[in-house]
Amino acid sequence: MALNEALILAILASSLVPGLIIFVLAESRIRLRTTLNLFGAVAKLILVGVLLAGVSAGEIYGFRHTVLPGLDLVVKADALALLFATLSAVLWLFTTLYAIGYLEGSPHRSRFFGFFSLCVTATMGIAMAGNLFTFFVFYELLTLATYPLVVHRGTPQAMRGGTVYLAYTLGGGALLLTGIVWLHGLTGSVDFAHGGYLSALGPDYGGQLQFVFLLLIAGVGVKAALVPLHGWLPQAMVAPAPVSALLHAVAVVKAGAFGVERIVYEVYGVEFAQSLDLLTPLAAVAAVTIVWGSFRALFQNDLKKRLAYSTVSQVSYIVLGTALFGPVGTVGGLVHLVHQGIMKITLFFCAGNYAETLGVHKVSELDGAGRRMPLTTLAFSIAALGMMGAPLTAGAVSKAWLLDGAAEAGMHWAGWVLWTSSVLNAAYFLPILWRAWARPAPAVWPEERVPARGRIETLWLLLLPPLATAIMTIAAAVFADSAWSPLAWARLIAAREYSGAMP
Amino acid sequence: MTDPIAWLILLPLFWATAAFLLGPGRGARLAIAALLAQCGLALQLAADVIDGGARTHAVGGWGAPLGIDLAVGGLSALMLVLTQAIALPLAVYARAYFADGAPAVRYFWTLTGFLLAGLNALFLAADLFNLYVTLELVGLAAVGLVAAGGSARQVAAALRYLFAALVGSVMYLLGVALIYGAHGTVSLQTLAPLVDARAPAAVWIACGLMLAGLMLKTAIFPFHYWLPPAHGGAPAPVSALLSALVVKASFYLILRLSLEVFAPLAATAATALGLLGAAAIAWGSWQALRTVHIKMLVAWSTVAQLGYLFLVFPLLAPDGLALQAGVMQAIAHGLAKAAMFAAVGVLMLATGRDTLEGLAGVAGRMPLTLFAFGLAGVTLMGLPPSGGFLAKWLLIEAALTHGQWGWVAVVIAGGLLAAAYVFRVLRQAFLLAPADSPFHPVPRSMEWTAFVLATASMLLGLQGVELMSLLAAGS
Repeated sequence: MALNEALILAILASSLVPGLIIFVLAESRIRLRTTLNLFGAVAKLILVGVLLAGVSAGEIYGFRHTVLPGLDLVVKADALALLFATLSAVLWLFTTLYAIGYLEGSPHRSRFFGFFSLCVTATMGIAMAGNLFTFFVFYELLTLATYPLVVHRGTPQAMRGGTVYLAYTLGGGALLLTGIVWLHGLTGSVDFAHGGYLSALGPDYGGQLQFVFLLLIAGVGVKAALVPLHGWLPQAMVAPAPVSALLHAVAVVKAGAFGVERIVYEVYGVEFAQSLDLLTPLAAVAAVTIVWGSFRALFQNDLKKRLAYSTVSQVSYIVLGTALFGPVGTVGGLVHLVHQGIMKITLFFCAGNYAETLGVHKVSELDGAGRRMPLTTLAFSIAALGMMGAPLTAGAVSKAWLLDGAAEAGMHWAGWVLWTSSVLNAAYFLPILWRAWARPAPAVWPEERVPARGRIETLWLLLLPPLATAIMTIAAAVFADSAWSPLAWARLIAAREYSGAMP
Repeated sequence: MTDPIAWLILLPLFWATAAFLLGPGRGARLAIAALLAQCGLALQLAADVIDGGARTHAVGGWGAPLGIDLAVGGLSALMLVLTQAIALPLAVYARAYFADGAPAVRYFWTLTGFLLAGLNALFLAADLFNLYVTLELVGLAAVGLVAAGGSARQVAAALRYLFAALVGSVMYLLGVALIYGAHGTVSLQTLAPLVDARAPAAVWIACGLMLAGLMLKTAIFPFHYWLPPAHGGAPAPVSALLSALVVKASFYLILRLSLEVFAPLAATAATALGLLGAAAIAWGSWQALRTVHIKMLVAWSTVAQLGYLFLVFPLLAPDGLALQAGVMQAIAHGLAKAAMFAAVGVLMLATGRDTLEGLAGVAGRMPLTLFAFGLAGVTLMGLPPSGGFLAKWLLIEAALTHGQWGWVAVVIAGGLLAAAYVFRVLRQAFLLAPADSPFHPVPRSMEWTAFVLATASMLLGLQGVELMSLLAAGS
């Protein structure tokens, strides 16, 4: 086996193998389990780094296994794959650290971390899938591996959330499968290609391809929480905080948004999709989702539920960017895939910290939280400001590119959608910040579990991850022009998807 | 006499007889050793077929028409490998399951030996009459296995099963007699060129009788009435053997006869068979969603999954997609259902309950078994990368290629229904257990055999090329 094949399989194995070992570990083997988890996360990060260096130097990494005559399982690393893979690998390390601290002392940790590792394996597979068939294999694996995490607590609420999650995602998977097999029947097994591969079919298939597009987007739209397929996301927030982080930032909704990008850019090809009049309806759905998600978030008193609706809205920025025809909008969508991830994971880490440390679950209970937990609240504030698109945050970079993209594509209404969403974002985030920083703290917190020790407001393992991702939120904006920023990478991808020149 | 063809029939006959002579409940180790050898033989035979194509074997050197011919092709070699590969882990499982000397074990090894001899012979038989004999042997051994538990419920289920099996056999035999009257031969090879669409009425009637008899034995809707009590009431290893292998044997016959001999006539019934398959999927899944007994849930799931096998008939075409789908489904379902019954057996022993309700908390206590159940469930739902997924993929592709949209909807809906009943079990298992619920330890070997079977059904999806090349060899 060539080194390049081994390298790409090693990326999958670096979470799969530790996960499988963890499944059979006794509950009491805490140190070994932690070692395995961290070893896997760090090894994956290093491997992704090697691939990044290789791909930017023009190296090709791929692995192919034929499962049926004319049906291949293809894993390959291209620029778009690595955008998502890097995001997941980085955030997985932080989520693992956080989860170790968060679950300390709770039951069934071997099961939890086993499925946790499977989830990340599936996400890596989705990122590096080389054709639709492979994408589907890992996409469904992600659904299955996430279910035990959503129902981890075993409470009736968790069960209900899990059932709703399954009903939506398996239903979406069925639509996706139909669309994929249909395309397979038309073209045979074809790998993802820059600029898409369907335009070769010719205009006779236009009607069919429009219908298949609907099936495919509905399929991935469930995970991307496009309205009206978003109902599972607010329900699934009953899961433990690290799982929410995984759902909202690292894996699940990202897999959906990433699927939209793969389908538009590398199956249909953005220019062909535009010629079939597919992009404008997609932009309209994304716009409705953006406004509706933000609007619903206004009325949620449960902090995690408010964040969940915020995700519904923010993930559709990515879809909107994809649907804005033109390289600038593309860059905006791609870069927001990364930026939304680091900002949203910060918010969920912080929400978890409030719940675990003080027993605070509701927005109305957050009064004075900034005095009791200043570092957590600082991280929360940075991420929340980022979501609104405040200057010097990652959110500002995404929003600037998206707004320019809307102007470039001549879709000025999309710009108004983004501005409306920013106002709504401010309307549901600023009250939280005001409560946390400006209101006096209550005499007793609802359920204080971790006492304050001097300046340390909670466990180190709970505090470090959100601080790190909050710093990344700022760094992504301050160093946006450096060669290794998410923005630079997104521009590299966009340059490859359009036949024309880049801005 | 070193031909694996003969030994695959003789060896199980030998250990069945030996088990009978050793006395009630004895012979487990002998059976396991012999099954290991049978696995080797089946694999060797499969390798032979890949290299040399289909071939026949004249028993004792006396070929047809005086003696008996046995024949092996790609399809039969695949079924033989599947049979031995499922029987071996189940034998290991059964040895632990019956360790306490339950009444059902008295004739278990003897009957299982005869059952396997009958199955192997059925896959190898080359004429209609020998097929009848093997069918009868399989049916009687299976009925015996169901009845062996001895409880009133099991005997009642066995009697129902016996009735269905006998009526099915008689209809089949009647058909064979009519064919013999019309064409003067029962050899499949000789018959094939004689049958065409202008066949006399007697042949049409014969064909219909044989088909009806075999459908009764396959328990396709609406002939499924005997299956849930028989498969749901028998001891776990028996249920596993019956659901995984026995119903597949009569399906194999329908498939083989309609492909090789009665192809000109079979096309007329194809759509009807497909519709029955769709009805089976709907009805079986619906019942699986309603039942409160965990084992009945698995048995009803067999009714539903058999439906997929019949969706193949309206889609059979020279491109071979549907045939591949059917065979893949038979294999994947065989492994998965064996795993599922094995896992359910473990769970029932451990909790001492037979209802879904009693499963609360097993996710924490028996993760390995629940994992096995889940993996098997993934195959039944047809999610990747399982063998069931490839079967479903091929079915959808075949349906889309022929523009037959309805079947696509059936396959997709069937998968979602399967997910609904499989997750009924998993969901219950994740609930918190009541503090006082009793819990009995179960031998690890049983947990692991269920897991191995489930993993096999899962990884099958990555080995489709090898399976399909074997299927294509010698056909």
